[in-house]
Amino acid sequence: MYLIRQFEEVCGEMYTRGQIRGFLHLYIGEEAIAVGAISQLQPHDYIVTHYRDHGHALARGVDPNRTMAELFGRIGGLSKGKGGSMHLFDAEKGVMGGHAIVGGQFPLAAGLALSHQYRKTDGICLVFFGDGSTNQGTYHEVMNLAAVWKLPMLFFLENNLYGMGSRFDRVRAGGEDFYPGAATYGIEHAVVVDGMDVLAVQEATRVAVDSIRAGEGPAFIEAKTFRFQGHSMADPVKYRDSGETAAWQARDPIVTFPRDLLAQELFSEGQLDDIRASVDAEVAAAVKFAEDSPFPPDEELFTDIYA
Amino acid sequence: MAEITFRQALQRGLREALDADPDVFLMGEDIGKYDGAYAVTQGLLDKYGADRIRDTPISEAAFVGAGVGAAVAGLRPVVELMSMSFSLVAADQIVNMAAKIRYMSGGQVKVPMVLRAPTGGGVQLAATHSQSFENWFASTPGLKVVTPSTPYDALGMLRSAIEDDNPVIFAENALLYGTRGEVPDDEYRVPIGVADVKRAGTDITLIGWAHGIVTLLDAAEKLSETGVSAEVVDLRTLRPLDMDTVVASVQRTGRALVLDENWRTAGLGAELAAEIGYRCSDIMDGPVARVGGADVPSPYSRPLEQLAIPQTQWVIDEIEKTYGL
Repeated sequence: MYLIRQFEEVCGEMYTRGQIRGFLHLYIGEEAIAVGAISQLQPHDYIVTHYRDHGHALARGVDPNRTMAELFGRIGGLSKGKGGSMHLFDAEKGVMGGHAIVGGQFPLAAGLALSHQYRKTDGICLVFFGDGSTNQGTYHEVMNLAAVWKLPMLFFLENNLYGMGSRFDRVRAGGEDFYPGAATYGIEHAVVVDGMDVLAVQEATRVAVDSIRAGEGPAFIEAKTFRFQGHSMADPVKYRDSGETAAWQARDPIVTFPRDLLAQELFSEGQLDDIRASVDAEVAAAVKFAEDSPFPPDEELFTDIYA
Repeated sequence: MAEITFRQALQRGLREALDADPDVFLMGEDIGKYDGAYAVTQGLLDKYGADRIRDTPISEAAFVGAGVGAAVAGLRPVVELMSMSFSLVAADQIVNMAAKIRYMSGGQVKVPMVLRAPTGGGVQLAATHSQSFENWFASTPGLKVVTPSTPYDALGMLRSAIEDDNPVIFAENALLYGTRGEVPDDEYRVPIGVADVKRAGTDITLIGWAHGIVTLLDAAEKLSETGVSAEVVDLRTLRPLDMDTVVASVQRTGRALVLDENWRTAGLGAELAAEIGYRCSDIMDGPVARVGGADVPSPYSRPLEQLAIPQTQWVIDEIEKTYGL
């Protein structure tokens, strides 16, 4: 979690310095979800996510150096600088994108899940999405498809309450909880979890993944969470009051989880400091790696269009 | 060598692929139990089972995108849309996902998927069911777009498309399903991206694709009665476009007519005319002649619909007007 937080803080800094351009959506505040959920996957499982995707990649063990180089648009990046922040891929690790059309990732995830079913493996596909995407047709289409075909697929809603500047209750009449809706598609395993509690996310995911691997069909987890910063770096956050943000920040997993570890005497302050120092160095090294990586040569413009 | 229909050629290609490669499977609306809206997949469910002949919900975005996902995972899905008009519902999955996921991943993944769809008008299905968006998809890098006009090409190109590691839009003009042609017994391939001279001639090159070739061959026959020798070039593939074959023919004949059955404005016919003019104008006897579909929503009423679809006589009149032939 601290790696993601530090990586994102540094990304914000690199954006203001002009090293990272385009759109940059930071995962700050939501780290417990990626870490808790992805810890329960096997190497042959797939992950498909949205454009706020750095946290999922890092939680899956994707190289921070190549991730940062991708954000810098360099040849050393995961996709040689062709995808950028919103489109992180590491196929060897089963990370099949960051996808930047809201809701566009659901069908892809269904197909990846179908491949596991077709080949009769016990693999699954974990698809992350935000509350904003639940108003897209693909959300409903794929929930139905996954249920009717019993696809090994875990729908993971990161409900951070806002689709860009629109709070969920301004664009949805169905209430604050989304997970009960899964049952209407025949997805019986649907639960809600505190997205600020990494251990709770981990446990909810473990149970859901066990059910999917047992052949019970798709499952649905809704995690309540909050992004501490704007939708993207371009967002002045005029649509929500600071009190709401402060209330969620008081539950910041980067603060509360280490506090719990100390209270339970599982780690000492010195051990935690060592971890933080090591992560800070890792992120600094990622920036150095990205800075040292050249921009892609002109020939790269026309490669990777066709296989 | 046997004479079979365009529909039978497609079914043969699908059966061969299903027999040869366990990674090949079919998905689409009512392709199984119903036997397919145009009967291309008739009988396949009984032979190959429901895992490989998958009836889908009416959710084009979901099952087209699922095809992309399965292809990214290394399977070789052949996805059927009941009509090319329905591709609009899945356009995000085609244009933003199938066409771009390889590039955006820096070449980490590929999409060996075929997306088959009936296209075109002429049977009074009115405005939303009489369209061919192969023009639009042909302008999208990352896609391949094929438009066979004969049973021979349909089978040869379906074999190539299923073996291709890229997303291939396989446009089947519905008026062609019942047309017949000679198809050899051997496992020939028709390569994607190679145009074909369907009729040799010396005075003018007529360029088109899919059902337009039926019109152009008919026009060429009629022109021969007045002593005009027309060559007919069938593009067969709209992306990648085989301009070299087109240009070589026009350089021999010195005249060109482009037939685009879709809307005339801003379509592939315009692109072809511009490129032919750019590369051949110095040796040509006049501007590139153009025939296109009327720029209207396709009407239901038979007489009105026929006014919107290019006819043989339009081709002959346009040649007369442009070149005085």
